Amino acid sequence: MIASLRAELLRLGKWPVTWVITGVWLTLNLTFGYLFDYLSYRDAAGGGDQRLADALLSQLSLAEVPSTMVTGLPMFGSALVLILAALSTGSGYGWNTWRTVFTQGPSRLSALGGTMLALAVVLVVFTVLTLLVDLGASSIVMTAAGQALAWPGLGALAKGLGGALLIGATWAAAGALIGIVARSPALSVGLGLVWVLIVENLLRGVASLLGPLERITDVLPGTAAGSLAGALGAATDPEAGGAPGVLTVLTGAASIGLLAVYLVAFLVAAALVVSRRDA
Amino acid sequence: MNEPIVVSDELTKRYGRRTVVDAVSLTVRRGQIYGFLGPNGAGKTTTLRMLVGLVRPTRGSARVLGGRPGDPSVLRRVGALIEGPGFYPYLSGRDNLRVLARYNRLTDADVEQALDQVDLRARGGDAYKSYSLGMKQRLGVAAALLGEPDLLILDEPTNGLDPSGMADMRDLIRRLARQGRTVLLSSHLLGEVQQLCDRVGVIADGRLLTESTVAELRGASSLLVRAEPVPRAEQVIAATLGAVDVRRTADGGLQVVTESDRTPEIVRALVAAGVEVHEIRSFERTLEEAFIEMTTHAPQEEMAR
Repeated sequence: MIASLRAELLRLGKWPVTWVITGVWLTLNLTFGYLFDYLSYRDAAGGGDQRLADALLSQLSLAEVPSTMVTGLPMFGSALVLILAALSTGSGYGWNTWRTVFTQGPSRLSALGGTMLALAVVLVVFTVLTLLVDLGASSIVMTAAGQALAWPGLGALAKGLGGALLIGATWAAAGALIGIVARSPALSVGLGLVWVLIVENLLRGVASLLGPLERITDVLPGTAAGSLAGALGAATDPEAGGAPGVLTVLTGAASIGLLAVYLVAFLVAAALVVSRRDA
Repeated sequence: MNEPIVVSDELTKRYGRRTVVDAVSLTVRRGQIYGFLGPNGAGKTTTLRMLVGLVRPTRGSARVLGGRPGDPSVLRRVGALIEGPGFYPYLSGRDNLRVLARYNRLTDADVEQALDQVDLRARGGDAYKSYSLGMKQRLGVAAALLGEPDLLILDEPTNGLDPSGMADMRDLIRRLARQGRTVLLSSHLLGEVQQLCDRVGVIADGRLLTESTVAELRGASSLLVRAEPVPRAEQVIAATLGAVDVRRTADGGLQVVTESDRTPEIVRALVAAGVEVHEIRSFERTLEEAFIEMTTHAPQEEMAR
């Protein structure tokens, strides 16, 4: 498995897609997490609305970094991680690289394990970079606003990092599974995005009218991811500056448990398909 | 030496109701260049895919290097190029091989050695997507050579190559065979098989029609005799050579199944009998004729049975 991980890290590390997706995420995170809020804060402060200015500055503080870094994850971050994972497995069928790897000697499960572990490493880099960029952006904003730098506690940082990793890992596993099942990068990305960005939201909308459906939408992976972000302090109401996809449907513990179940289920399903299907 | 290292027993693959490979039993011995010959769609690639474990047989079994096809311990001793090369387009040729080498804990020195064997070292740093078809095919062979495998399984290795590229590939395969490797290659190019292979398996419509040497496949040597009058010539030849097979050809000649060293004897007898001899020469079926005869008649015979 370690040999497969080293092989996959080499190819994912040199894949432009990995860094383009990471760059897009960091840009979105900075733009929606800091830039727009900072410009609104400047407007409010300049316009004399001190209460709004204080509220916005509070959202931009270092203490809020653990929640800010997960705010965009349930929707945009999840979609980007899913795209990366779906492309990394689905492209292997388009380029026939799975076939080449499977004739080289590693077992199929070892090769898949290498891919999943390499995606996990990329996810850790992705999450740590997000944390560092957010800490840097918040420090600049606080310094520019003449505020003291009050760093978040290690416990809060660990929760934020852990939550981000769990949400990312679940959607990465989902993306990898879709890529494997669809055997095509384009189809898997399309299916994944439709699910993350459209189907779950539509179902939640319909569920408010159909009671029994609500029991199903409450246990969907997007609900669990959104609820975990909500439990970590991300703002939930889009009309009050919160991010779409952030929810309060499940408790933090329930959402962690549900995401872990989905993560394991997606990985097991991917392993079953890869090991049993003709390549 | 010469022990069987690939043995398949009634290997069969069905997709739904369609039988793609039908009870194929073949044997490849150590040190051979074995040609797996058949028209497009005959089942060659599916058979090879079963031998490397990419596809599971519906029925039958196979042993490769004494183990189960697809078993990691077997695959480490097999180099395979199946259905053309499959590489990451954004990586260089060298990095593609480094990725594959890492899977098997091989070193960068192994990668350079494989690139050397296919004369790609100078272009190893170029992106795979910029390679010509021939270079891609050679990189596929280089990937198959990683780890110095005992057995090479090459599926249509000259596919898409220009004549010079095909000649280079044939030279490379001969060189690899001289190094002691066993090569199982599939092809629909008869000339290629005739030039390269010690032994041939012919497959059509999923069935293995025969396994033999190229010489056996081409059939017994014979002479073509053009002489007049034909009936008299036929009598004289039969009287001279005894119990040999003499057949009239469609264009009025006689095909005599015998060795060419009996030519002077036949000429002398014909001349002595007053027969006019217009032509006498070796008459050998090409592999192409043998192949076409086999692949067009055999399935019909199967159906008739």
